Amino acid sequence: MLELHTVTAGYDRNAPVFRGVSLSVAPGEAVGLLGPSGCGKSTLARVAALLHRPDAGTLHLDGTPVRRWRHRAPRDQRTAFGVVFQQPRLSADPRLALADLIAEPLRATGRRDEAAGRIAELSATVGLTADLLARRPHEVSDGQLQRACLARALVLRPRWLVCDEMTAMLDASTTAALVRVVEEYRAATGAGLLAVGHDRVLLDRWCGRTVDWATLTASGTDPSTRNEQSPTG
Amino acid sequence: MTERAPVLSVRGLSVRFLMPGGRRVAAVTDAHFDVAAGECLALIGESGCGKSVLASALLGLLPGNAQTAGRALLGELDLLAADERTLARTVRGRLIGLVPQSPAAHLTPVRTVRAQLEETVAELTAPRGGRKALRAAAEAAAERAAFPVDHLDHHPHELSGGLAQRAATALALVGDAPLLLADEPTTGLDRDLVDHTVDELRRHVDNTEGAGARPDTGRALLLITHDLAAAERIADRVALMYAGRIVELADATAFFGAPGPRHPYGRGLLDALPDRAFAPIPGLPPELGALPDGCAFAARCDRTTDACAAMPPLGGQVACHHPHAVLTKAADRA
Ligand code: SF4
Repeated sequence: MLELHTVTAGYDRNAPVFRGVSLSVAPGEAVGLLGPSGCGKSTLARVAALLHRPDAGTLHLDGTPVRRWRHRAPRDQRTAFGVVFQQPRLSADPRLALADLIAEPLRATGRRDEAAGRIAELSATVGLTADLLARRPHEVSDGQLQRACLARALVLRPRWLVCDEMTAMLDASTTAALVRVVEEYRAATGAGLLAVGHDRVLLDRWCGRTVDWATLTASGTDPSTRNEQSPTG
Repeated sequence: MTERAPVLSVRGLSVRFLMPGGRRVAAVTDAHFDVAAGECLALIGESGCGKSVLASALLGLLPGNAQTAGRALLGELDLLAADERTLARTVRGRLIGLVPQSPAAHLTPVRTVRAQLEETVAELTAPRGGRKALRAAAEAAAERAAFPVDHLDHHPHELSGGLAQRAATALALVGDAPLLLADEPTTGLDRDLVDHTVDELRRHVDNTEGAGARPDTGRALLLITHDLAAAERIADRVALMYAGRIVELADATAFFGAPGPRHPYGRGLLDALPDRAFAPIPGLPPELGALPDGCAFAARCDRTTDACAAMPPLGGQVACHHPHAVLTKAADRA
């Protein structure tokens, strides 16, 4: 279970982006988080993926409270997440060939020896050819780079996937292809998913349930959150 | 269908990029299409298919290593043959209004929307009557794009995405250009804002009243987009691009409606939509630097035969050896 409870977060303690938001994702569940751009839903996704420390509130990961975020988080918690962002060019090291980009998390966790096997497997899964794997980000299209970023997110076999506007820049076919990769991975592993986006049609089709950001911030609670909480903001 | 004379007439437009090592990238090959006054043509396809290169060619904004062939007639003027001076002085802004992909990047961050509009108005229309007339003309320009006049003194970063888009649209409309070219104007916008933005563009095409009206027609709009819902919402006709070629030209109602696209790629693209089958087209588009001799879609197509090893011409409406049938009354009876 991934449980965010009355979380307040932002980039300035005096003016948080949102207050008192609760949301949970069960193992194997796919939750869509729908909201307009700039509303704060991406910040919530970053808190959930241990990438941004909240100002207040709690996050439980499979029952264990999370106390540290980012590089301070314990490795087993950090590696439980695979994250894909909207803009592949901002999240890909421009010096790395796509193959090295995909293998980056393996190197960072001292599992370099698995790299060749995993790259072969995952490039087939996401539809990248050997020729593309040898290229660097500026030599491929946004769609091809996003395929590599998704492979990188899956390389450590995460239990949780957080996809923040993963397909916002992509055409219909690439969108459908990447969503299919995520869903096949989830079917095989039982991973849970938090998919953040602004396209209701897409999230409704993709996810088991779609939560409206406006309802989260209005009541401060996700309907699936069992604990009754009064709104705090 | 419209009977009007085309505003833009593109004939055999090709763009090649010469790469280091003598490699040639065929970004656009032999494009033919017209856009008439009062009409919206949506040029659709995935990123990298050549549609933005085509737009840059029309605006004379291709990089130095590009070679063009063919013609793109805007009235009497061939855009591909025009020199930079003509393009800068009479084309960009005056004959073609560009609605950019990223309004935030297109607007100058350090200046207010009013200052930018006034500058553009002064440059393109030179109203008589000094400061006061300029101010009034800029406000009128803002109103035409539904940009609220009380926000004119804001800087771009103080605007929401929707207002920034309207500010950019207002700038594009100032010169009252006969052709509006919108290059991915809705990327990254929320659905409501997408609908709103394209509806406004459509309104400027339909507009036949008011100070900015042309005598008997609206403007022509060339909408370049990978957003199929946006295209469906406002386009009269669709030009579908794949691997640098226009592979289908179709009536938008037929393309998005029951008859559906005739080209297998168009079918695949629509089937990928989340409110349709949500099924991806297998594989990837070919590299523009290493295109096959025959149909570029063959490796991904479910109708391929030996005939597809030869390049299918855009015979009339669809460049395919085995297109899906047209649902005509005759076909229904058969
Ligand atoms: S020409 Fe052949 S391969 Fe190409 S789209 Fe038509 S049927 Fe498919």
